[in-house]
Amino acid sequence: MENILEVKNLNIDLITEKGNKKLIDNVSFNVGKKQSYGIVGESGCGKSITALAVMQLLSFPLKTSGGEINFHSEKESVNILSLKKNEIRKIRGKEISMIFQEPMTALDPIFTIERQIIEALKFHTDLNKKDMSDMALQMLKKVGIPRAEEILKEYPHQLSGGMLQRIMIAIALICKPKLLIADEPTTALDVTIQAQILDLMNELKTSFDTSIIMITHDLGVIAETCEKVAVFYAGQIVEETDVVTLFHNTAHPYTSGLLKAVTSLGDKSKNLFTIPGMVPAGGHMPKGCRFEERCNKKMKICKDKSPELIEIADGHKCRCWLYAESGDN
Amino acid sequence: MRSYIIRRILMLIPVLIGISLCIFLIMQLIPGDVISGLLGIEENPELRAQYVIKFGLDQPLPKRYIDWITNVLKGDFGTSFRTDKEIFPEMMSRFKITFQLTIMAAMISWIIAIPLGIISALKRNTWVDAVVRFIALLGVSVPNFAFATLLILFLSLKFQYYPPVGYVGFFENAKVNLQIMILPAIVLGTIMSGSVMRMTRSSVLEVLRQDFIKTIRAKGASERVVIFVHALRNGLIPIITLIGMQIGGLLGGTVITEQIFSIPGLGQMVLTAINQRDYPVVQGCILFIAFIYVMVNLIVDILYTYVDPRITYK
Repeated sequence: MENILEVKNLNIDLITEKGNKKLIDNVSFNVGKKQSYGIVGESGCGKSITALAVMQLLSFPLKTSGGEINFHSEKESVNILSLKKNEIRKIRGKEISMIFQEPMTALDPIFTIERQIIEALKFHTDLNKKDMSDMALQMLKKVGIPRAEEILKEYPHQLSGGMLQRIMIAIALICKPKLLIADEPTTALDVTIQAQILDLMNELKTSFDTSIIMITHDLGVIAETCEKVAVFYAGQIVEETDVVTLFHNTAHPYTSGLLKAVTSLGDKSKNLFTIPGMVPAGGHMPKGCRFEERCNKKMKICKDKSPELIEIADGHKCRCWLYAESGDN
Repeated sequence: MRSYIIRRILMLIPVLIGISLCIFLIMQLIPGDVISGLLGIEENPELRAQYVIKFGLDQPLPKRYIDWITNVLKGDFGTSFRTDKEIFPEMMSRFKITFQLTIMAAMISWIIAIPLGIISALKRNTWVDAVVRFIALLGVSVPNFAFATLLILFLSLKFQYYPPVGYVGFFENAKVNLQIMILPAIVLGTIMSGSVMRMTRSSVLEVLRQDFIKTIRAKGASERVVIFVHALRNGLIPIITLIGMQIGGLLGGTVITEQIFSIPGLGQMVLTAINQRDYPVVQGCILFIAFIYVMVNLIVDILYTYVDPRITYK
């Protein structure tokens, strides 16, 4: 499969007065054309800042400190990290779009919905006002907004979270981007709306031929939407594989822990499984495996030496000494 | 909306009654009286008694208050004890001057403060920001009489520039009028701009921290659109509040600046009237100033609804 996005050895630093702390450590992954790529991990593992880096939207005190993010559009291939401000602007919203976690605060409160949808068109097309309004209306209908004509004239505070997230999707897709980054798009919504939004995204992905990067901490969302998954832990990818293998042939002890921590109905007798301990704080990474302290399968070597991300089966990568030959001793 | 405005205007009545009572009583407490001033060295009990009766000062206090306030309600502010002239027309002609001065000062202050405030927010924690904040601090802390005096000294000693003497109305001779008004407007505008600058900076910074700014950047907006279309408009509420208070204050007359530049505005009129214990003039002016202040506040509250659609009044 052709790739639309290739992230190579991405590093992101947090600038502090005491020096830089590395939050993302040599992360590499590829997103295929028309693929849904999931990034899963707990809060603070660096999944959101990775997404922001793809849009060059990191702001002080965060900064990319190395690596490449190659984006292959129809016309050309560019390294996003080397683009100047006015060059990246032509990609943002046009080639790559993003939707955010909190639809309630992600829209400007003082402008109408119409104006905020049209704004994206204004930056990237030369259409006249009438055509832009028509497109906005069409787009709202596509994302399943009832009484779209009226909603266009309303303000964000008059609408519900689910509606606003649909509008965010409409804004993100209005310029028909090649890649859509969804940063926890359903986290702030209640469960029934979550399912609707995910269905909508799956549907639009096919009709718009868009690739999606789905960032979430919810394995249910991954199962429902993604084809390929990367599991993030403490700023690194610890496992990467297709979605079926992830659930049925789990390799990394952290991923197993996450899967065990998913609740299921009917099993009321047992307490909820949790992974003991805490994620190591950025800048205080142990020299061995970052998951070692919390791992139930740790070995001697884990404390001393950090494992590499290696291919353990076709298309299945894992960062764990259990699968490395040198892990025997 | 209309019913809200009507309610707000009705609420003016108790406010103005309270203010009129206060100012009426305070005037009685000030030692000295208008008659001593009028009589000067020819003080004699007979003349004094005549004046007391003429001004109605022999009446009991409550009656004097009620007589005064009912006349005011009828639109009759009375005549000056000192000059026998009608108060209301005099007040209006002076208010026009103060109004012009206020508008000029406000414009000067916005022209200085809003761009500098935005620059300071964008370049926060750099030397540019430090310079702007220092200027703003000067604006907030330097008293306007000091700045006015320095400005006059500087212009006259360095450039031999002296503003024309004697006030001329704008419609009589706009050029001379502007020459007279520009210096006090610069003084007031610069002083006002300090706090507006600080408010603009913090307000814009506050908005830039919000989530939706990221959405706008993700759409491909240029920094210019982010700042001027979104950050500034969202940050306008506290700025408008501050500007409203400043304008309300200035419209009530700027005693010191008007005095220094000999501008015959409302502030000067009140000051002279207080010095001469000219009760009806002081009372009338203060009541009028309070009315203007409350009206400016009302206008500001109505402006909010245009700036922020989330604000509605029922």
